[in-house]
Amino acid sequence: MRGWVVIAALVAGCASTGEGDPRDPFEGVNRRVYRFNDVVDVHVAQPVARGYKRVVPGEIRDRVRNFFGNIGDVFIGANNILQGKFADGAGDWARVLWNTSFGLFGIHDVASEMGYEKHDEDFGQTFGWWGAKSGPYLILPLLGSSTMRDGLGKGVDLYTDPLTEVRPYHLEYGLIGLRLTQTRADLLDASRILEEAALDKYVFQRDAYLQRRRSLIYDGQPPRERPAEEADDGKTR
Amino acid sequence: MTARLASALLFVFAAAWGAPAPAQEGPDVLVKRVTLEVVDLISKDKEIKAGNRARLIELIDAKVLPHFNFASMSALAMGQSWNKANPEQKKRITEEFRTLLVRTYASALAAYSEQKFDFRPLRAKPADTDVTVQVRVLQPGAQPVPIDYSMEKTAAGWKVYDVMVGWVSLVANYRTEFNNLVREAGIDGLIKNLSDKNRALEARAPARR
Repeated sequence: MRGWVVIAALVAGCASTGEGDPRDPFEGVNRRVYRFNDVVDVHVAQPVARGYKRVVPGEIRDRVRNFFGNIGDVFIGANNILQGKFADGAGDWARVLWNTSFGLFGIHDVASEMGYEKHDEDFGQTFGWWGAKSGPYLILPLLGSSTMRDGLGKGVDLYTDPLTEVRPYHLEYGLIGLRLTQTRADLLDASRILEEAALDKYVFQRDAYLQRRRSLIYDGQPPRERPAEEADDGKTR
Repeated sequence: MTARLASALLFVFAAAWGAPAPAQEGPDVLVKRVTLEVVDLISKDKEIKAGNRARLIELIDAKVLPHFNFASMSALAMGQSWNKANPEQKKRITEEFRTLLVRTYASALAAYSEQKFDFRPLRAKPADTDVTVQVRVLQPGAQPVPIDYSMEKTAAGWKVYDVMVGWVSLVANYRTEFNNLVREAGIDGLIKNLSDKNRALEARAPARR
């Protein structure tokens, strides 16, 4: 839901500025939102994630990641099926069955050991697979890197997210908070590497995001590199 | 008797000299050997485990870097601007880019060194001179992180000219940054930017974890 409002606001709020990157016509606004997100990240998300990592042993963090990953697999499977990848989708749902039962509600990832590989799918990728172009690059408040297509996908992801149905509310917020903390903790190393590697963090992160999303749509087998200007179309078949 | 021994020895020597380097190692074998060797050295080194970044970089310098072709990587990252640079500029760019990539690679390796690696079988014909070697870093409860090495065959063995981490090509990712800097400040501006970045990272290196 939030995603839609944000996109509408961004599109309405700004016109493209000068001769920037054609994939990123809203760079001015994006950079401002990026700075805002960065402040929140540095002062809230990172300290919480670091504290979590210090206090909670790695073994327990694996259980937490597996638990939320298991719920995620339900929707990863659904997205694979929507993309016509029935074998992958069946594999995802087999993961859910094995992990929910023998893996004790998902805290143990027994399915991976049985050879069912975990996939990475979401509605943004499904739209891309169906042929939707990425549209302009967007930085969503708090959610970070996205595009028009992926922002819409994110909206559907959030709308279908079972955690938002959990009641009472304090349990819902607790679970969502825990999942966010776990995710940020898992990304601490990656974000430090980004910090070190980038000359301009905004540009580096944008290009990495666009490259990665393009590859994900093709499940890691994108056609060979095309000129940057026309990169990240939807899947063409 | 001795004559036969002598000729046998001679034959062995001739074979050894004549062979193009000691029976060239395949690219997938090379990646696997070097990765496992480095991960093993990291796990045994108390100082690196305690966060001695300089020592880790030293290790990577010695073990990993000889297998990278940094001139190729720099040229690819620069794109069309590469041809506009003079030899001195090319040399500086290659040096600074190398320093930056080593540090990035060291951080990535330190982050992943305790995970399990899955070395995928090489999908290439024996005659291929440009291949992709696929490695997967397995982590519990998450999709494996793919690390793909693009490698080319040279007279001095197989050399890496791009690394893709999480399906993001490092070389392609630097291309926009490099192009922006060259457009704004020229090739010397790019060199200055790279070198400032490296100096800044060096200055704060010992303090980090």
